[in-house]
Amino acid sequence: MNTLLQIENLRTILHTGNSPVRAVDGLSLTINKGETFALLGESGCGKSMTALSIMRLLPDTGEIQSGAVRLSGNDILQLPEASMRRIRGKLISMIFQEPMLSLNPVMTIADQINEVLKQHLPLSNDAAQHRIVELLEQVGIPDARRRMHEYSFQFSGGMKQRAMIAMALAGQPELLIADEPTTALDVTIQAQVLDLLRRIQQRNQMTILLITHDLGVVSEMAQVIAVMYAGEIVEQSPRERFFSQPAHPYSQQLFASLPAKQKRHLELAVISGTVPSLSQQFKGCRFADRCPHAFARCHDIVPQWHVIADNHSVRCHLYDTAAVPEQNRPAPDVTLKTETAARQPQADKPLLQVNGLKVHFPIRKGLFKRLVGQVRAVDGVSLNIFAGKTLALVGESGCGKTTVGKSILQLIEPTAGNVRYNGHELVGMRRERLRPLRSDLQFVFQDPYSSLNPRMRIIDILQEGMNALNVDTPAVNIQASQPPLSREQAVDALLDCVGLPVEAKWRYPHEFSGGQRQRIAIARALAVNPSLLICDEPTSALDVSVQAQILNLLNTLQNDFGLAFLFITHNISVVEYLADEIAVMYLGRIVEYGRVDEVIDHPRHPYTQALLSAVPVINESSAAAMIKLKGDLPSPASPPAGCHFHPRCPHAMPVCNQSYPAASTISPTHYTHCYLYSQEHITKQHEH
Amino acid sequence: MPFKPVILWTDSLVFLLVLIVLVTIWYVRNHEYLLAPWRRVGHSTSGMSALTVLLVFITIGLLDTLHFRPALQHTNNHGERVYSVEVLSVLDIVLTPLRTNVEKTYSAPLATHLYTKETIDRPDGNQIRTFARLEFGGAHLQNPASDRLTDIAWRTATGAVLGLLVWCGLHALLCLSMARRSDRNFAQCFQSIWRRSTEIPWHAILITLAIVSVLIGITTLLAMQYHVLGTDKVGQDVLYLSLKSIRIALIIGTLTTLIMLPFALLLGITAGYFRGWIDDVIQYIYTTLNSIPSVLLIAATVLMMQVYIETHPEMFETIASRADIRLLFLCIILGITSWTSLCRLLRGETLKLREMEYIQAAHAFGVSHWRIISRHILPNVMYIVLIATVMDFSGLVLAEAVLSYVGVGVDPSMISFGTMINAARLEMAREPMVWWALLAAFLFMFTLVLCANLFADAVQKALDPRVRTYQSHDNQSKGNIPAAATTHQAAATQASVSPVTAVTVNRPPRQS
Repeated sequence: MNTLLQIENLRTILHTGNSPVRAVDGLSLTINKGETFALLGESGCGKSMTALSIMRLLPDTGEIQSGAVRLSGNDILQLPEASMRRIRGKLISMIFQEPMLSLNPVMTIADQINEVLKQHLPLSNDAAQHRIVELLEQVGIPDARRRMHEYSFQFSGGMKQRAMIAMALAGQPELLIADEPTTALDVTIQAQVLDLLRRIQQRNQMTILLITHDLGVVSEMAQVIAVMYAGEIVEQSPRERFFSQPAHPYSQQLFASLPAKQKRHLELAVISGTVPSLSQQFKGCRFADRCPHAFARCHDIVPQWHVIADNHSVRCHLYDTAAVPEQNRPAPDVTLKTETAARQPQADKPLLQVNGLKVHFPIRKGLFKRLVGQVRAVDGVSLNIFAGKTLALVGESGCGKTTVGKSILQLIEPTAGNVRYNGHELVGMRRERLRPLRSDLQFVFQDPYSSLNPRMRIIDILQEGMNALNVDTPAVNIQASQPPLSREQAVDALLDCVGLPVEAKWRYPHEFSGGQRQRIAIARALAVNPSLLICDEPTSALDVSVQAQILNLLNTLQNDFGLAFLFITHNISVVEYLADEIAVMYLGRIVEYGRVDEVIDHPRHPYTQALLSAVPVINESSAAAMIKLKGDLPSPASPPAGCHFHPRCPHAMPVCNQSYPAASTISPTHYTHCYLYSQEHITKQHEH
Repeated sequence: MPFKPVILWTDSLVFLLVLIVLVTIWYVRNHEYLLAPWRRVGHSTSGMSALTVLLVFITIGLLDTLHFRPALQHTNNHGERVYSVEVLSVLDIVLTPLRTNVEKTYSAPLATHLYTKETIDRPDGNQIRTFARLEFGGAHLQNPASDRLTDIAWRTATGAVLGLLVWCGLHALLCLSMARRSDRNFAQCFQSIWRRSTEIPWHAILITLAIVSVLIGITTLLAMQYHVLGTDKVGQDVLYLSLKSIRIALIIGTLTTLIMLPFALLLGITAGYFRGWIDDVIQYIYTTLNSIPSVLLIAATVLMMQVYIETHPEMFETIASRADIRLLFLCIILGITSWTSLCRLLRGETLKLREMEYIQAAHAFGVSHWRIISRHILPNVMYIVLIATVMDFSGLVLAEAVLSYVGVGVDPSMISFGTMINAARLEMAREPMVWWALLAAFLFMFTLVLCANLFADAVQKALDPRVRTYQSHDNQSKGNIPAAATTHQAAATQASVSPVTAVTVNRPPRQS
């Protein structure tokens, strides 16, 4: 095998604050021609800094201290900046995480690609134009000849990432660095982009360095996997072996913390603590403080590489045959922790009943703000949530999930429909009348960084709801039938309940990590003693191990206090783990509704089928054939006639573009809106 | 009574402001969580140095605010004391020689002769045109040509030494009071200051104080016999004029800001927060107000005010009170016309903030609108307010100069940086040029505005809990790496028990 890229002992430091941060600390790896090499790790582990060091595009505070980056044998760290510019784009290209931010909004797509071509290839104008069309067609942009002269805002998210890939391919690079290329995209679009990358790689014999935190993406794409932790690689292995026998305790823990259907009602394994600060000097193993198998040696001696199989090596004392007896080695499967208590029996009357909910945003134009159209963000959604149960609302971004959540709480005023909570009609209720009911329904937001006021202390944040709603005893105190707590004691109890130390209340939000902030956000919602919690993608901004902590917390809260959840998410594995019922949303409407096992195991609607098949699966054998969807989500301002899904549907029939299909009942708890299944009378759909 | 206190309108407002500040300080001192951010102001080296200089300016301004009318020698028909129509301030008394030593016309800084030639009758009857000796500046010198430089050098040195002596006294007092508060002795306190291990950067304050006291010492000794910054067209001492201008600058800066702030805050935040027709109305108001040239608006108001003053002479006992009421109205009208830019900034920021998730969370708790505005939005736009007001401060002092140029600024009898700069317009056109009045005004304004900027910067940083202000602790821990390494294991296990103790925040990429 011939080596394309060889990194030896790379050390990159960032001069920030008081002490330098060793973002990359002695990293060595070798990538062969034509292979996909995945660099896997949580945020803050130095993955992106490695990529930027290879490109020599570090921020001003960054500095490569030592090491060598050999591209086909030449050390590119020794090159002057001028020759480096001939390498970037020509030999190494890079795709960035946010396609929205990586394209210049005032240049057409063609101009941006042309920039790369001009720099690296001696092409005439005509030939360049021709090449641009070719590149865009290669990445699957329809009608490339016309669309190349459009601006990036006229492209959808997936199209932008395709354009980015076209730009990266323009110089026909040998190595493509993809830094979280699909993190910002929806699953169906992610599947398209990953498929595209795979095809291009096969056709052009290109090498890809894939940087990601998503085990699913790794499993779909990579041939060789390196796990990065705190600035260094801790394990390197071929794909099959990694997924069957992860060796390093960190890798094992990552697998164990993934939510999945098999782990329902079980507590997820959690990696305690956080990634250590990279500004310190490490003495022993960097993972030792969080490792369940750590022993004395781990804290004092830096572990060396131990080869445990062909191409599979690990940096861990447990595999040092001289030091550890055989039986002490951890089994590849980390055993799951104790089973949590069984769920309460289902109540017959739903806690929250949503019927025909519609939220339309008017589009106004012109001097007099004439109404020219409506964005039908939510267009007739009906759902029921029972006490102590979890309903998951699943769908791609832009389908109106969040709007449903917010309009249930009347944070956005619904245009039509009913929201009935415990017999109270919430729609159209006056602000003052609504206030007493506010304490029953609470919201946990997606981004823990923007959901806490940076200028308020935790105690003020937690007390805000109690003061506004005059709640004295938060739910956490119900069990222990003590005398009523003072507000401050209540705050202590809340923090204790979400697993944070009591001293935390005197601090400000910025002093906490993402997972801790999300706990605070949950504690804030719990403070007013709600019975229904609407969680809007509460874990999508968090790392896998932190996600496990939050999911465990939500699970415990449901068991202890009988909370009902409306869980809004696009992450299918979380749904499988947590939900009792699923509602799949597409373009403002629910297309399929049923119990979790019914929908996941036997999806009926073609969209549900496509959505489920697009989820990257961690599986040794290649997954079942993926159903590829054409195109992107249409605009909710002008939804397609008939069934909204028919332009993208592989089973579309002539009847589909006539009128919207009525509900087809599969079982008493399972229905879908699709002409593939026998239609009933339209009146029946309102039962659900 | 040898004098009769006079409280002008602006004086009373200044006293009110001082009272409010004192009450706030007292309130903050009693509430630990309010005190914490202000402690952080104390960590800023540049901020505390700036505050030291600002305090000197404020002291001068306050001394100039204590007005009175001195009693005259004679009594009136009823045997009552008659008070002078001239209103003086405490500062005027302090600066008496400067105030009263008026030359004929221009003289350069530290000069002994006038800047212009004039015809002098010699005792022998001849007339010659020459630079006449100054009446006061360097009058003690027998032979100015040869003695002047040595005299100036000697006075400078003496002044510097005196200034240093005063500074040493202050330094000793500081060390003593520190030693009294803690259980350390004098030498330890001295050491801790100069090793920079105190929480408040006393070394920076002391260095600033040293510079200030040496400058004051030199100026005082020189000003006894010379015009340190020269004299203006009518022979008034420019140093005196500059010191008197400080009060006007501070009043225009602070009063105008205080008048402007409620408009800008209330209208800007309500427009951004409530949107809809409220937003439309407020936008129309400030766009309309913006479309009228503010100079015209101000000119109209000041002229109306002038007419009112002319027609009601009985309401104003002295020239000073007339000038003062004009200044007050100038501040009010400046405030009313200058809130629009800040209002627009605040509206934009509020539009952004109202979509933040913590505001939505507050809505979900049913928190009232005014509470959301005061608890969530106001603290988060405070940084804009601080920056904008400090930037406006210098702008307002300059606006006053522009208005004085048009003739609608402060009363001509009032001394301000604006009138000084305005006069410099003609002085710069002379040959030879008279440069010192402009330079003096520039130096004083520059120092004042720079200090205000630096201090506001420190305050803004301190009020943001995300910014770390106190670095000294880390310097100490850096020196102790071996010790830290041995306790690392223990610390790490502790960290895993209570993850909050981790100081750094690792922020994952936003995945939305």
